[in-house]
Amino acid sequence: MSNEEKVQAKVEVPMITFKVDGQTVSVPKTLPHPVTGKPEPISIIQACALAGVNIPHLCYHPKLPVAGNCRMCLIEYGMPVLDRERKPVLNPDGSPQIRRIPRQAIACATPVTPGMEVYTQTEGVVRARKSVLEFLALNHPLDCPICDKAGECKLQEYVHQYGQETSHFFETKLEKPKKKAISSKIVLDNERCILCTRCVRFTDSVAKNPALGILNRGALNTISNYPGTEFEHNYTLNTVDICPVGALTSRDFRFQMRTWFLSETPSICPNCATGCNILIHSLKGHIYRLTPRENDAVNSCWMCDSGRLNYKWVNDSRRLSNVLWSEAGRRDEIDWETAISKISAALKSSSKGSTAILVSARQSTEEIFLVSKLAKLLEAQTDSLPRIGEGDFLLLNPDMNPNSKAIEIFGLASATPGANVSKIAKAIESGAIRNLIAIGENPVEMGIEPGLLSRLDLFVVCDILGNKSTLEAQYLLPGASFAEKQGTFINAKGRVQRFGKAFDPMGEARPEYWILSSLLSALTDKLWPKTPEEIFNMMAAELPAFNGMTWAKLGTAGMNLLSTTNTTEK
Amino acid sequence: MHETDSMVMEFSVPNTLESEIDELITHYPEKRSVTLMALHALQAHFGFVSDAGIEWIAQKLDQTPLAVLELVTFYPMFSREPLGKFHFRICRTLSCALNGSEKIYWALCEQLGLDKNVHKRQTTPDGRFTVEFVECLACCNKGPVLFLNEDFHENMTEESVSKLLTICNGDNSSERKGTGK
Repeated sequence: MSNEEKVQAKVEVPMITFKVDGQTVSVPKTLPHPVTGKPEPISIIQACALAGVNIPHLCYHPKLPVAGNCRMCLIEYGMPVLDRERKPVLNPDGSPQIRRIPRQAIACATPVTPGMEVYTQTEGVVRARKSVLEFLALNHPLDCPICDKAGECKLQEYVHQYGQETSHFFETKLEKPKKKAISSKIVLDNERCILCTRCVRFTDSVAKNPALGILNRGALNTISNYPGTEFEHNYTLNTVDICPVGALTSRDFRFQMRTWFLSETPSICPNCATGCNILIHSLKGHIYRLTPRENDAVNSCWMCDSGRLNYKWVNDSRRLSNVLWSEAGRRDEIDWETAISKISAALKSSSKGSTAILVSARQSTEEIFLVSKLAKLLEAQTDSLPRIGEGDFLLLNPDMNPNSKAIEIFGLASATPGANVSKIAKAIESGAIRNLIAIGENPVEMGIEPGLLSRLDLFVVCDILGNKSTLEAQYLLPGASFAEKQGTFINAKGRVQRFGKAFDPMGEARPEYWILSSLLSALTDKLWPKTPEEIFNMMAAELPAFNGMTWAKLGTAGMNLLSTTNTTEK
Repeated sequence: MHETDSMVMEFSVPNTLESEIDELITHYPEKRSVTLMALHALQAHFGFVSDAGIEWIAQKLDQTPLAVLELVTFYPMFSREPLGKFHFRICRTLSCALNGSEKIYWALCEQLGLDKNVHKRQTTPDGRFTVEFVECLACCNKGPVLFLNEDFHENMTEESVSKLLTICNGDNSSERKGTGK
């Protein structure tokens, strides 16, 4: 029995059958609790979601404990009538008799029982939703025109769907603090808050930091931290995502852009080896924010603040955008064709084994695969720089490179990554190494002195931002950031995940896979695949570890490599 | 000792009070359940619930200070400021209101120099008297009713409340009166 089958066997639970809006559905009797994982009776809202019926909700969140306070998910239901022997009473036509329960119930906290009939579209339910919305809007400022959440606000959606233009209430709305700095990253608008407690439950049960609570009573209720303490941890910005209204807003994104102008590109966070699934929100070549994208195999619905906020460099004005060639103290702009043919000519004329390649574990798998081909062709020495940071209990991996696994699979780093660099430096000094190619790595930072670099016959640097090595480079090739190209990263657990292209690289910059493929084509006089899809499929067909994956099969959720024991038996 | 000195005094819970709370803990299946009783005990001793008191209870009962503060701000019977030596709580729920509890409140405020139009807890500048409206005190057949500290007074009139005030004014002991026991 494989691991996957074992997991399936474990989660197999008895099914129960119920009816929703006339449709008969079978659902598991229990589902694991989102935090503790213990099996709990399936609720009506969960069962209906499995049946494809969406019940409006605000405080309910599938990944948080149930609170049942917003009353938005009210539904009507009926139960089968039982006789004295607890056997169902049948109608003349043989169908079970159903007794409608006279009161509405909240779908998030009412378990499904066998034979139950749920009605989500009756007149009574619609009336209940309208009434709940009228109460929720009682003290809500309805300041959508200046609200960052407008366009993705659940309250706005439901008021649009069910609301009425008039209210029974004419009292003056309560005034509450509108810009309370609840943390260094978040601003709280107490007037917009509908007190669903999603943020309270998230920080308590997911981030394990019970920093938020509700003070005061009734209409004066406010979300608050303990006075004198700060709501500060590395996951606080998830509360902005799950806030169903515009009460919690990110300082970084506040008043920057209307949400409906932003394009969403499915991507992978490049800041650590966890590979959280994300969405890039961009407009006209500019990233405005990153938000988590649900993937239960990796990051659930969450991502860390440090990853979320580390995108500004993509639009940095110091980005490299021209192909440069230095010779005899001059630095000129050249075109790609000239650069590739000059570099390939230089490599062709030098002897095998006289080249070293430093490749970053921040490159895509396809790029790392092409580097491995190049290294084999040139019999080059290779290495890659490890970047170790601090991990945590939830998502953050201490490995700050997104693709160390690919470097490991293709054997491009020394046993202790980075240990080869001093050997390469010595070989440059002795003249054994005449060519150095750095892809996303900074040889000076790794310990190869600028003095040594000037001794090389060929020094190619392919990077995104300028640094000490790009100043020394003979050929400077501007590369593309994760937002400007397609590719895959393999996370620490061996999951291969695709990231998408949000916009074109700036200026003359090109994706590194395109540069590497062009260089390989020039060196070998045959055409190498030039798209990530073709490169990936070529790679997956070559390596058994990829277990028959194709670019198309990866989809948006990704696939797992064969376990490491299998990858070594080839 | 001056009052200002006693206010900046370092917070410390006397052993008798701590052992009272330790004993309370034995009555409940969870420590958390003691929070309300512990708040009552601290307020009875110190006259109000201070930040230091909240943090002391939180530590004692393995709670976050925020969880204790949530309770304190939910229940109007807890005070974050020192209460007067004489604490008048006048019922303003329906029966008492119909029977004129507002007149009792006005009479008290006027005689104590407080603003009768303010419907919030008020304390005299000398710190001796606190007056406030509260919700139903569960004696609707004998309204208007009030609590003077923990003692119950029924069928109040402007005259009878003035008499009460005279008795209070003649009391110069430092003890807080009316334990309700």
